[in-house]
Amino acid sequence: MTLLSIDWFFLIEKILLISGVLVLSLVVAMYSTWGERKVAAWIQDRLGPNRAGPMGLLQPLADGGKLFFKEEIIPTNSNRFLFILGPSIAMLVACMTSAVIPWADTITIAGRQISLQVADVNIGILFIFGVVSMGVYGIMIGGWASNNKFSLLASVRAASQIISYELPMGLALIALLMLTGTLSLKEIVEQQRAGLWNVVYQPLGFLIFLICAFAECNRTPFDLPEAENELNGGYHLEYSSMKLGFFLFAEYINMFISSALMATLYFGGYAYPWMDKLGLSENMLALTGFLALFIKTLFFIFFFMWVRWTIPRFRYDQLMRLGWRVLIPLALANMLITGAVELLRHH
Amino acid sequence: MVLSLVALVSALGVVLSKNPVSSVLCLIVTFFAIAGHYIMLNAQFLAVVHIIVYAGAIMVLFLYVMMLMNLDADIEPQKRNWLKYAGAVSGGALLVVLVAALRDASVPALSESSVEIGLIHNLGKLLFTQYVVPFEISSILFLSAMVGAVVIGKKD
Repeated sequence: MTLLSIDWFFLIEKILLISGVLVLSLVVAMYSTWGERKVAAWIQDRLGPNRAGPMGLLQPLADGGKLFFKEEIIPTNSNRFLFILGPSIAMLVACMTSAVIPWADTITIAGRQISLQVADVNIGILFIFGVVSMGVYGIMIGGWASNNKFSLLASVRAASQIISYELPMGLALIALLMLTGTLSLKEIVEQQRAGLWNVVYQPLGFLIFLICAFAECNRTPFDLPEAENELNGGYHLEYSSMKLGFFLFAEYINMFISSALMATLYFGGYAYPWMDKLGLSENMLALTGFLALFIKTLFFIFFFMWVRWTIPRFRYDQLMRLGWRVLIPLALANMLITGAVELLRHH
Repeated sequence: MVLSLVALVSALGVVLSKNPVSSVLCLIVTFFAIAGHYIMLNAQFLAVVHIIVYAGAIMVLFLYVMMLMNLDADIEPQKRNWLKYAGAVSGGALLVVLVAALRDASVPALSESSVEIGLIHNLGKLLFTQYVVPFEISSILFLSAMVGAVVIGKKD
């Protein structure tokens, strides 16, 4: 069906896919808040939320409702436009990264091949890198527009932290690129489907990427922009109601996306061992692949929470020392060694 | 068309805005509009790198400094009159030179191979074969700039 020289099925398919991915990330983020409390309770030998619904499963809905109906306060001395822009950018950027993650292999519906990836661009990894580097604007603008010294301190911290940890993250990714020779996430997954998972070749690179992902998501032990004992809550100190909710929510979406990304880049994405030998039909293969990716992602989300409730927060100078004196040299060494090995292999 | 309009309006915003922070934000919007142009020219790599480097790193540092200095319109030092005239004259001279240079320039015809040049594969090949010397020289320039910054920073 081509009308006005537009492939309408293509358009509908992409719109459905985009909404599906967005709903998925929102629901996962919502239940991450529940999971976070349950994990915290489990680690600290408590019960956690158990009043709203069975096992407290309705708790995120109750929280969301509460946030929506709370009074919204915009400080008099703040820059009103930027104050609203801050959480909006944080949310927008958090939702954008999911566009290039391949959620599963292609499926066939009514003779049409449908790729379960919103955009298979040939610069997938760079796209993610670009979007991640935008993430800091939400925090910076929000913190500055609040016109509060604690918020300003937090946004300055966030800016220097995220820029510092972007460098080792990029270097770790360069080593991965040398190994795979492509920037497309789909191709990276297909290579891992045929061979071994990338984590086998790049254990150090994965470790660096993992640590940097923690720092980019502002998660403990690197959650200095929101250190409550020294900054009263940090960049979202002046925010109330759903704007606060957006900031917190964006953090959970970021956590979900970076977990999915780690699973995709280093742990085979939707590929799982012996998937091609089971003799499944194409659609079943895509479905099980999606489940495999989802399980891997959930494991990483759990890992994020596990670390949060186990390791205390770093001091700021420790954070900077770790970033510049430990991670960057390690990442550089990793990159050089990978380059040398690749050179030897191709000769 | 829309992109060019956004680029022009936000570029004007950079110059005309009284508040330095909103100037910086306008500049970021301009960079995004320019990156959009690159994508329409099928130069995805250039677009993304442009965003990562300029919008993602350099402008964050700009914003960082602006926020720390906390400049306001009323504490901005008043410029002397002759300085304003000198600025207008030199800016106008630059405009004349640019227009004169661009008026005679002809746009080379679009060939089959030049459409794909912006894609990362071809770009990498070209950079490391045909243009390897300028590429390496510019990287050495960056290195020397970095060393210079460290030396200046170490002075005190």
